Amino acid sequence: MEFLADITLLADSTLRIATPLILAAFAGLVAERAGVVDIGLEGKMLAAAFAAAAAAAVTGSPWAGLVAGVAASVLLALLHGYVAISQRGNQIVSGMAINIVVAGLAPTLANFWFHQGGQTPLLTGDARFGAISLPFADALADVPLLGALYSEIISGHNLITYLTVVLVPGTAWMLYKTRFGLRLRAVGENPEAVDTAGISVVRLRYQAMIIAGILCGFAGTVLSTGLGAGFIRDMSAGKGFLALAAMIFGKWKPVPTLLACILFGFVDALQGRLQGVDFPVIGEIPVQFTMMLPYVLTVLILAGFVGRIQAPRASGIPYEKDH
Amino acid sequence: MASTSDKLPWWANSVVLPLLNLLAAFLVSGLVIWGLGEDPFLALSYMVEGAFGFEEGISYTFYYATNFIFTGLAVSLAFHAGHFNIGGEGQAMIGGLGLTFAVFMVGDFSPFVSIVFAIVGAALFGALWAYVPAYLQAKRGSHIVITTIMFNFIASALLAYFLVGPLQREGGQMPESADFPDGASLMGIHELLAAFGISFEEGPMNISLLIGLVCAAGVWFLLWRTRYGYELRVVGQNPQAARFGGISVSRMTIGAMMLSGALAGMMGLNELLGEQHRLLGNFTLGYGFVGIAVAFMGRNHPVGIVLAALLFGALYQGGAELAFEIPTIQRDLIVMIQGLVILFAGAMEHMFRAPVVALFERVAVRRAT
Repeated sequence: MEFLADITLLADSTLRIATPLILAAFAGLVAERAGVVDIGLEGKMLAAAFAAAAAAAVTGSPWAGLVAGVAASVLLALLHGYVAISQRGNQIVSGMAINIVVAGLAPTLANFWFHQGGQTPLLTGDARFGAISLPFADALADVPLLGALYSEIISGHNLITYLTVVLVPGTAWMLYKTRFGLRLRAVGENPEAVDTAGISVVRLRYQAMIIAGILCGFAGTVLSTGLGAGFIRDMSAGKGFLALAAMIFGKWKPVPTLLACILFGFVDALQGRLQGVDFPVIGEIPVQFTMMLPYVLTVLILAGFVGRIQAPRASGIPYEKDH
Repeated sequence: MASTSDKLPWWANSVVLPLLNLLAAFLVSGLVIWGLGEDPFLALSYMVEGAFGFEEGISYTFYYATNFIFTGLAVSLAFHAGHFNIGGEGQAMIGGLGLTFAVFMVGDFSPFVSIVFAIVGAALFGALWAYVPAYLQAKRGSHIVITTIMFNFIASALLAYFLVGPLQREGGQMPESADFPDGASLMGIHELLAAFGISFEEGPMNISLLIGLVCAAGVWFLLWRTRYGYELRVVGQNPQAARFGGISVSRMTIGAMMLSGALAGMMGLNELLGEQHRLLGNFTLGYGFVGIAVAFMGRNHPVGIVLAALLFGALYQGGAELAFEIPTIQRDLIVMIQGLVILFAGAMEHMFRAPVVALFERVAVRRAT
């Protein structure tokens, strides 16, 4: 039975950890399908995490946090859009710059407003998106297997995790089943054709950046108000980059990207569980090595399983109308 | 882009435009400082005074600049081959690890041998850490930006493992190694100047600055005066053409990345062999990332890179003094200013191009009439 309990715990934390990854990866997906490479996901997440925690700490409402988090992330997405779309600047440099600016600005502001060494105050009770018990979770807990699955794994997550379940198919539907989505994908593959059809490339790409900003805002908000209880320095800890890797592993397609995120979430949950465990023969694995696991896995996956893949053809290339 | 830059004289392109970008970054930083309730002009004067106002400050400025010369050259060399090496940070960490192994291997046998081993160890380990992502890019098509970022995280964990494990100072609690054996250190510039009878206050600036300048000259020679450098640049500008011309793109990718990793790895010479005399956890402090900005601001030319490195060195040293003088302003704010400089000077380098070109055209028309 202990083994089963382990599995349940692992599945539960996989879902928790995967939530921000999925949201950020879909943000990257929308941006890159529209032709804008965005390695600033990390910075946008961190900014949203800070803004959300700060707003929630001041107002006591996680909803105010969500609004602030999304607003911060969208602003940065528009800044990146301005550099990439209007200035035709280098998109990788811009993304890195945004990451560094946020890494400096967020603790500065946190210190200025809250005087807690670059953190925001601990959020308690209603100021967070707490665990939600789904209906009948307690009643069904005793039903063998399925009951445990429902009450232990599916029930008891925060609101944004459940929201992700809606947002992800919503985004996929938008990309593949709407006229707007068709145009968005077209602008990432062949902007000249979109332009020839009389549709504004610039406008579409900015719209994509706003959508990416919103999704990334959710990702950051869940970090500081759902999974954590406040903003801590560097709390995004490379999740933005892992999300990007998941998107590439998922070949810029929604379902494979989703599965890749869940895999990364699982590995991260696993490394948490492996810490301090005494293995037969090899003994305890040093914590630094278990911490490497998600990153090593990413490299292995990119090297071994993905192989040569085709990014959206125009991604990363600024569009110049007058050749 | 080439057509617009032709309209500008070289000094406008490589001096005026970067300065305008820098000014814009400082303007935004000033607004943030003002928003924090401090006087931006006072802050600026503290920074300039701290970076250039006294001999020890100057020594620190050049000391930091040395780090940026190495990481800037590293980014630039890979960029000339068409690759984005975001792994400078990790390559510098592993280079520092190699340097430390080499130094302890030699022991206190002879200072000269230690230093030679240290240079080889740093460059070799840095190059090997860059080799894996380069190989994966060349042979498996793995996205080098992602793999080098992942290698930064892995390097950081690896360094942490060695510093709380095998390499930790005996009986120590901090993530740091034992002190390097006697003689395993680089001469300070003030000592060098003293040998010529010039007195200069003691400071951390050391002869790795000269090693960095030699590397800059070497990169210039390699890129613009050798066949290998020519092939490397062809691969960067047009891989198809390179392939048709019989140049192996994957060989050049691996070669350029390993040279790039070696340069980043040598950053440890300045930090560890020049100043700290031991290996510290996360001694790279983001210098590898700033190298991206240095390379872009220096227009990917060694001379420009040295000048841009000096600018960032001043920013670091001035920023440290600023944080000391005004308690509201902390190191984090300096990180933000660096980010803004990267944003304006690196990513938005064309921002002021159109207005400046227009200005020059108007002047030219007026002269003609």
